[in-house]
Amino acid sequence: MDWTALSVSLHLAALTALLLLPAGLWLGRALAGSRSRAKPLGEALIALPLVMPPTVLGFYLMQAFGLEAPFGGLWVRLFGEGLNFTFEGILLASLVANLPFAVQPVQRAFEAVPANLREAAWCSGLSPLHTLWRIELPLVWPGIVSAMALTFAHTLGEFGVILMVGGAIDGETRTLAIAIYDRVQAFDESGAATMSAMLLLVSFVTIGVVYGLAGRRRWRRA
Amino acid sequence: MPDTVAKPAPLEVSLHQSGPIPLAADFRCAAGELLALVGPSGSGKTTLLRSIAGLYRPQGGRIACGEEVWFDADRRLALPPQRRRLGLVFQDYALFPHLTALGNVMVALHHLPAAERRRRAEQWLIRVRLEGLAGRHPAELSGGQRQRVALARALAREPRVLLLDEPFSAVDQVTRRRLQRELALLREEIAIPIVLVTHDLDEAAALADRLCVLHAGHTLQTGPPQSLFRRPSSPQVARLLDRHNVFSGEVVMEGDERRLAWGPWRLEVAEGLASLAPGTRVAWYLPASDVVLHRRGRPSLGERENPVSARVEELVVLGGMTSVTLAFGHTPGRLGFEIATHAARRNGLARGEAVQVSLLAAGIHLMPEASTSGDDAMSLP
Repeated sequence: MDWTALSVSLHLAALTALLLLPAGLWLGRALAGSRSRAKPLGEALIALPLVMPPTVLGFYLMQAFGLEAPFGGLWVRLFGEGLNFTFEGILLASLVANLPFAVQPVQRAFEAVPANLREAAWCSGLSPLHTLWRIELPLVWPGIVSAMALTFAHTLGEFGVILMVGGAIDGETRTLAIAIYDRVQAFDESGAATMSAMLLLVSFVTIGVVYGLAGRRRWRRA
Repeated sequence: MPDTVAKPAPLEVSLHQSGPIPLAADFRCAAGELLALVGPSGSGKTTLLRSIAGLYRPQGGRIACGEEVWFDADRRLALPPQRRRLGLVFQDYALFPHLTALGNVMVALHHLPAAERRRRAEQWLIRVRLEGLAGRHPAELSGGQRQRVALARALAREPRVLLLDEPFSAVDQVTRRRLQRELALLREEIAIPIVLVTHDLDEAAALADRLCVLHAGHTLQTGPPQSLFRRPSSPQVARLLDRHNVFSGEVVMEGDERRLAWGPWRLEVAEGLASLAPGTRVAWYLPASDVVLHRRGRPSLGERENPVSARVEELVVLGGMTSVTLAFGHTPGRLGFEIATHAARRNGLARGEAVQVSLLAAGIHLMPEASTSGDDAMSLP
């Protein structure tokens, strides 16, 4: 059992889920309320990582993180270190790859809140911020929990993007999923089996928590 | 009970826009008055209500409640809903599903200190007779109970205007009657303007002090229900109010008297003929209650007044009352009225039979002839 790899994986997944939470909330709510013509374009861009082969996404990110690329160059000037083959690099790649998982459940949850509830709150004297806090968030929180759990679980299992951008540097970019691949390459099937079982367990618990929480809502739609 | 902060004041609404939803609406609702906005679906009733609430912003006009101006297009003033002190009961109540009945009412008491909110909300629930149900969520309440929570939430803010958007449409008839009765009783306690949107004319007539008839965003006529039902200002208003005995005639002289010529008959009219020049074409309307059926073989009261003969085209028995439709030789227009079913039987009324009726002169109401602008009810020969 590669505990270092497990630690890298859990770190990466937790940070990805936390950092994507505000972005998912903001984008999800904006898209749910938008009637703009550009909305399908925004939705398509966000959903793109879902349908692209992870290696393709990883390839473009690797290119963008390169020292000669504008983004990679800027990063080096700001932080003194490149992005490829670093934890920061795979974290950034994870943020991009998991954007659809963080946005879509939140967007669906906001879309399911009837518009007249918001209006009823305004007519009861609540400001838009109070309306968000007291009416909308309590109604959409199962969507937010779903988004975070899905992001967490999906990051744990991410393989192609991480391998392209991060390689497999022990204690830095070698996640559990990549460690399993390395073990199989080294004909250590029992090591791979232990770690696979660990990933299976963590994923199952995460998804179980999502469904468990969603089912515990005390109220039903009237 | 909450003390009234501001003096009750009338609501004055004047809204105009050419599109996308055309509006040309002017009405006033006095403090303590219940004004019903009536009209078919798509007539702009809900848009008007939403404009008053600040949920829709029309291009032009003004909305004021007493001294407070809520909307003035000329001054580019449009207060957000939060700053218009009004209560709105939504058609489907729009209760917050995650909050209890008490929680729903407490949301509207946000302006009070936290300790005070609960006490006030409990008082409001008692006032709408929901004591004991404070802890229930909307999904655990019946339709009528939900409507009461919505009403309590709307009133808890101590509004200066109460707006009701089809508040009785989502409940069964027995509950509807009871809630309507409660609204009538509540009116004795709150002296603010109440605007009710409804497409149910019976409901409007029963509850409202005045009706305002809307069509395509235009306010056509405003007045007490009975006066509108007897004296619609145009054939269009008559049609919107579901009054169908509208015909076309011409002012003629008979001797020294003016009469209304309608086919072979010269009808006496109690009011309105004197000011019209002979030769003027007019539309006229007769309330169903002013049609008197002559008894067969036995003269009856009022029989000399405008007797006309017709043929029974349709008889529909609806319990104790029978709806009769008469056809005439000279016009495709139909005259409808109701009589007690036993009277219809006693008179041997049957489809195809010839009958005599009197059109009471006091009931005949003259109107300007319909313009040709899409008024299909008036396609007369």
